[in-house]
Amino acid sequence: MATPVKVYGPPMSTAVSRVLACLLEKDVNFQLIPVDMSKGEHKKPDYLKIQPFGQVPSFQDESISLFESRAICRYVLEKYANQGNKRLYSTNPLEKASIEQWVEAEGQSFNPPSSALVFQLAFAPRMKLKQDMGVIKQSEEKLNKVLDVYEQRLGESRFLAGDEFTLADLSHLPNTQYLVSVTDKGEMFTKRKNVGRWWSEISGRDSWKKVVDLQKPQPPKSA
Amino acid sequence: MAVLKLHGTPFSTAAMRALAALYEKELDFELVPVDMKAGQHKSEAFLALNPFGQVPAMEDGDLKLFESRAITGYIAHEYASKGTQLVSPDPKKMAILSVWMEVEAHQFDPHAGKLCFEHVFKKMFGMTTDPAVVEELEGKLGKVMDVYEARLTVSKYMSGDCFGLADLHHLPALHYLQGTSSKKLFDSRPHVCAWVADITARPAWGKVIALHKS
Repeated sequence: MATPVKVYGPPMSTAVSRVLACLLEKDVNFQLIPVDMSKGEHKKPDYLKIQPFGQVPSFQDESISLFESRAICRYVLEKYANQGNKRLYSTNPLEKASIEQWVEAEGQSFNPPSSALVFQLAFAPRMKLKQDMGVIKQSEEKLNKVLDVYEQRLGESRFLAGDEFTLADLSHLPNTQYLVSVTDKGEMFTKRKNVGRWWSEISGRDSWKKVVDLQKPQPPKSA
Repeated sequence: MAVLKLHGTPFSTAAMRALAALYEKELDFELVPVDMKAGQHKSEAFLALNPFGQVPAMEDGDLKLFESRAITGYIAHEYASKGTQLVSPDPKKMAILSVWMEVEAHQFDPHAGKLCFEHVFKKMFGMTTDPAVVEELEGKLGKVMDVYEARLTVSKYMSGDCFGLADLHHLPALHYLQGTSSKKLFDSRPHVCAWVADITARPAWGKVIALHKS
């Protein structure tokens, strides 16, 4: 059996969960290595050697050390192309271009406002930080405009890049999960017919349910 | 009639990113102007190319594509045998390249893009630069530049020995910021400074900048 790959970071991190979703879709065995961010472990010299920006996740297998969740996903999809879900990515140039276009749309248009909302509404209260109502309002407005585009697109196409669930859809799972399950902004997704249908389908996948499970507080391990 | 069309304005950083790739690959293409002052990027015809109403958008035969980094990636792979090699056929090298492309997109560009807006684009629109915002952004971008300085001390280019997409994606913001007081962020870090000088001197990049004069 292949040595499990290593993923560093807490599963509740949106970027970490993006990588976990990808590994589970591809049936790649992994070891999740905790990084105690409350103790600043991610800013210590040992961690900065593998991730110089002091962020999670980082990733190691027997031949390479990587960071940035979308780069890690692309590597996993290429290396394990022949196992697990083979339709998550494509080597066909036109299909690949469409997938990459929507991965970029996620990174450039969807992620900034949605992750700002996730931080303000899901994490700031837990961390006892004051919420910024201006940021919340601005982010909601931006995200609404993005979701209007998605509503139109998902009326033309079952998934963002075409007929198959791909990395482009997977990339959206982490932030949307928080917004739908622990904030009052879930309606932004569920009130839109096509976006709602799409969210239901992609979040219902077994791999994503496993990630959500991993995000729950784990019972303490017995000695 | 050109098969490859890029829709956009040569002043847009995102369009410049795509143009840089087109010139590096020595491809024949047509630059189709989009009059943003007149709101052409929000017209129905343009929204059919990019539903987000942003430049650039690309057409290659029947393929329509938006998002500059998806466009450069497509060009680099589809035309791998032409012009400059911008990606790697080796999976490990490609993975490292992918890491530093993500770094440009998620660590560098959020701050650099806003700095370009404060210094350059606000002026174009008749607005005033906010010095407090500039200072805050320079602080954030400075921390990123510290990581870049360490990286470029051990690697000639962002992803290794050769110029590639990870370097190219930085060119538009670097070009604009080099003409502002924020250039000190690059000048004060010797390896970053040398890298900026190297990549902005590339002939293909010169062709992109020449479009600003026409």
